[in-house]
Amino acid sequence: MSDDKKQDAPAVPMVNVQIDGEWHQFPKGTRMIEACRQVQVEVPHYCYHPKLSSPGNCRMCLVEMGMPPRLAPGAEPELDENGRQKIGWMPRPVIACANTVAENMGIRTDSELTKACREGVMEFLLVNHPLDCPICDQAGECSLQEHSAEHGHGESRFRDEKNKKPKNVNIGPRIRLDDERCIMCSRCIRFCDETVDDPVLGFTDRGSHTVLTVHPNQQLANDYSMNTVDICPVGALTSNDFRFQMRTWFMKETKSICTSCGRGCNTTIGSREGTIFRQTPRDNNDVNSAWMCDHGRMNYHYVNSEARLTDPMIRENGEEAHRVVSWSKAIRFAADELLKFNASEVAVIASARMTNEELFMTRRLIADLSVEQVDVVTRRGKGDDYLVTADKNPNTAGAKLVLGLKKPGGELDAIREGIESGKIKALVVLQENLIDDADFTSELLGKLDFLLTTYPLANPTADDSHVVLPAATFAEKDGTMINVTGRLQRLNKVHQGPGQTMEVWEICRDLIMAIGGGNGIYSANDVFKEMAGEIKQFEGLTLAGVGEQGLPLLKTRNTVPMLEREKERIAKGEIVG
Amino acid sequence: MAKVKYIAGKEPHAKEHRMIFKNVDREGWDVSLKTYEKEGGYKQLAKALKMEPKAVQDEVKAAGLRGRGGAGFPTGVKWGFVPPNNTKPVYLICNADESEPGTFKDRYIIHQDPHQLIEGLIISAYAVGAHLAYIYIREEFPEGAKILEAAIEEARKKKYIGKNVLGSGFELEVYVHRGAGAYICGEETGLIESLEGKRPYPRIKPPYFPAAMGLYLCPTIVNNVESLCHVKHIIDMGATAYGKLGTPRNTGTRILCVSGDVQRPGYYEIQVGKVTMGELINDMCGGMKKGRKLKAVIPGGSSSKILRADEKFTLKKGDKDVVIGLKDIPMDFDSLMACGSMAGSGGVIVLDDSRAISWVLNNLNTFYAHESCGQCTPCREGSAWMKKITDRIVSGNASPEDVDTLESVAYNIDGKTICAFGEACSWPTEAMVAKFRDELIGDTDGKNANRPVSKETQQAAKNLKTLNT
Ligand SMILES: Cc1cc2nc3c(=O)[nH]c(=O)nc-3n(C[C@H](O)[C@H](O)[C@H](O)COP(=O)(O)O)c2cc1C
Ligand code: SF4
Ligand code: SF4
Ligand code: SF4
Ligand code: FES
Repeated sequence: MSDDKKQDAPAVPMVNVQIDGEWHQFPKGTRMIEACRQVQVEVPHYCYHPKLSSPGNCRMCLVEMGMPPRLAPGAEPELDENGRQKIGWMPRPVIACANTVAENMGIRTDSELTKACREGVMEFLLVNHPLDCPICDQAGECSLQEHSAEHGHGESRFRDEKNKKPKNVNIGPRIRLDDERCIMCSRCIRFCDETVDDPVLGFTDRGSHTVLTVHPNQQLANDYSMNTVDICPVGALTSNDFRFQMRTWFMKETKSICTSCGRGCNTTIGSREGTIFRQTPRDNNDVNSAWMCDHGRMNYHYVNSEARLTDPMIRENGEEAHRVVSWSKAIRFAADELLKFNASEVAVIASARMTNEELFMTRRLIADLSVEQVDVVTRRGKGDDYLVTADKNPNTAGAKLVLGLKKPGGELDAIREGIESGKIKALVVLQENLIDDADFTSELLGKLDFLLTTYPLANPTADDSHVVLPAATFAEKDGTMINVTGRLQRLNKVHQGPGQTMEVWEICRDLIMAIGGGNGIYSANDVFKEMAGEIKQFEGLTLAGVGEQGLPLLKTRNTVPMLEREKERIAKGEIVG
Repeated sequence: MAKVKYIAGKEPHAKEHRMIFKNVDREGWDVSLKTYEKEGGYKQLAKALKMEPKAVQDEVKAAGLRGRGGAGFPTGVKWGFVPPNNTKPVYLICNADESEPGTFKDRYIIHQDPHQLIEGLIISAYAVGAHLAYIYIREEFPEGAKILEAAIEEARKKKYIGKNVLGSGFELEVYVHRGAGAYICGEETGLIESLEGKRPYPRIKPPYFPAAMGLYLCPTIVNNVESLCHVKHIIDMGATAYGKLGTPRNTGTRILCVSGDVQRPGYYEIQVGKVTMGELINDMCGGMKKGRKLKAVIPGGSSSKILRADEKFTLKKGDKDVVIGLKDIPMDFDSLMACGSMAGSGGVIVLDDSRAISWVLNNLNTFYAHESCGQCTPCREGSAWMKKITDRIVSGNASPEDVDTLESVAYNIDGKTICAFGEACSWPTEAMVAKFRDELIGDTDGKNANRPVSKETQQAAKNLKTLNT
């Protein structure tokens, strides 16, 4: 898809630009800071963010700039050793974030002038900055720390009183503000104004007494509020959720996707020793830009929950309570039970929250059992004009494709009736809680002769089941999902789930083997290979080939409102994108 | 024309050339349209409307009018920056925010001769193709705003303003907008933001050059009150005659606002460059106060660089360099620039030998620290830091090294900010430290270098003491 776009765009003329003595070519209109980045020259910056407008207020990106002198009519240009017109360096530095490159422009990021500018700005930023690093959540990923190590003085010449400002201000249900740490880059204000149409933040007072604040009687409460914490270059905005939980440098980072709706926002999961501490958005210009919703971001706590199922359990005929058994015992018991029924007496309810790999092994199990009644539970809710989709399942497209469902959720009534009438005697429920999420009742489920549930958490449907199998959450498995625009994306395993938990593809594989089916599958990668051999759309693909940014798999007409808006702003030159 | 009579005691000095201020302090003069029309008011508007807009622009260009708001940029050239293929509305804004310390000229035009401004404004709007003009008036001039609104109402009734100005087909609406009460509202892009209803945060240039992307991102011309008044006189006299006033490249008249330690502070309208600093101070202002000696002059509003009484300056006269003293500097744009300062807004602040430079600098630093909009790092932090240092110099708590720090802070601001406030706040320090370093160091004490100043260092010192005893 992105390839098509490139071909459609009119050819942008290229300009020659000298950066630190070397000549390069860039499309006309490229911001100086981006041109530098393209040739691995980092220009330090605070206020600039490619997805937001550029106010040019921090002045950290000042660089020395030059142009060839304008020639008097008839005068011959003076050439340098490369045969290019000599550059006349300007005495005043310019900001690299908002200015664009021009033909024969020179940029110096390593000159005395540029260095002096950076040192000056760093010193100014630290003049009133509190010495909070030891207790600041941002420490370790703070641009102020990074740049002061690289561009600072090392010693403070400031001998006066630092300004006092409000600390620990509650500006919204999920965000806390420390005004003394704020460097007034206005990123958070611009994000709220421009990206999510919720202009509740602003500056009041003047000069070095300027404070960031929420407008009177307002709260920073929108569903994207926590993105301000990510883009705040310092520790002025912190997340109530993450505050004081873990030092950033102790965390392992795993690239994954959010599974709380059909968008599949790309994420980085921060964890340590089996506990997840936060999810943050990861840039993907075909999915979520640089953002994610607060709901999705916070929806990881159940992974760390005390209510996790950790062991396989069964309840044999007549038994009052479940008892813990080994996996082999549980699988054997389940297989034997299932084999007691005719194919027409068995139904399977899988989940559109499962990965394609899990769905594929479900498909195999269904085939081996010749089951005909198959469905998934749908989840519809409210979408918004940014990222959140009305489909709250992350992999509806995968469920349709892999299980061959025409209308997800369309069989549920028939399955309920089948149980009611006694036609359906055994039910396999994968990663769903039918009682809470799909209008099944305990009474109805009680009519079944056999009920098997896999789920990460204890739940009423599991209570009613004969076999309860502890299953991995999104964070505990490898695999792929297809989002609402038809994009195939990867989940990566952060850590092994607690206790004896297994991924659903493993559970299905073991069931298939117990029933007497084939084997040879040891990893999600193996499942993907099988899937690529069997389902046309996956032909020629590999799990590794899906990559960190995913790839377009199915053609849909869905667009991402947030991205459409950004495209418009890019076209107008308001943002870089 | 009958000889103009002025209120007793307020007569202009013989070296003055009253044109813009002709009606200021005038006997029998008032702000009514009737009075203004009696003296040929709005005749120049009628004349201009008969010309092509481009011809009015050319006339202003040929007259050599330079902006009176501070930068001295040629007005006609600025008008020509509206993009030629522009399809958006063009706005004209009159900058009546007059807040540069030492400057008090625009207020007299507004309070005593509002129709002169309005006529100049209408002609200028016609010249640049604006159909909507704003007068952005300083919040602290409530009376002036009322006077202007009444005058606009009168002018509208007489069809000088409205759908069809004097039957010419030219349409213009004029609004008075009360300012937001901050010095930075006078900076043209800050003013535009303020007019749009936002905080007056100046915009980055490029891309936001007002003539191309100004108010509501449409082409916008911002001119000072006095500059717009001159336009009326250029149409009246013609570019050639106007150009003979003043000196080459520094044409016309301008109002100098003299404050400080002279016998007769006040406003003086002179032909640009036809009066020297010495004549201004000694003749027109009656010299220094009794028993006092001239120490220094801040010649163009508080932001301009200070000039010492005993300083020598080199000016070009034709091909030759001539060395002159402070009193011989002609009061014009180019000469003051050549002397390392600027004509700025016309505010001449005279200091005598009773003034301590540390006190003067601290006074200015306090103003700039208070008025920095706080948007960009060097100005926001630097202006407040400079104030904190001079606070200590004034109170005897600074060390000689602080003077070096002060100077380097100023240079770390200068040229590195979003708007010219960065220069405005750093130039006074740069110049005063350069020219009065010994005096400033004299106000410091070497022992202070080791004295804890901030609470943190005080606490640290206390802790160390307890450790050591
Ligand atoms: C900090 C700052 C304050 C300013 N204040 C004023 C002011 O009060 N009045 C004014 O006319 N120009 C002021 N200016 C200059 C304006 O930005 C602008 O250059 C001027 O209004 C243009 O008019 P002119 O070309 O007629 O001089 C200020 C500039 C700066 C940088
Ligand atoms: S809170 Fe953070 S993002 Fe917002 S202005 Fe301050 S430093 Fe910038
Ligand atoms: S929009 Fe959807 S996928 Fe993205 S973070 Fe929110 S819930 Fe997760
Ligand atoms: S230079 Fe000062 S006044 Fe101008 S934008 Fe920056 S902080 Fe504001
Ligand atoms: S990044 Fe802040 S001014 Fe350029």
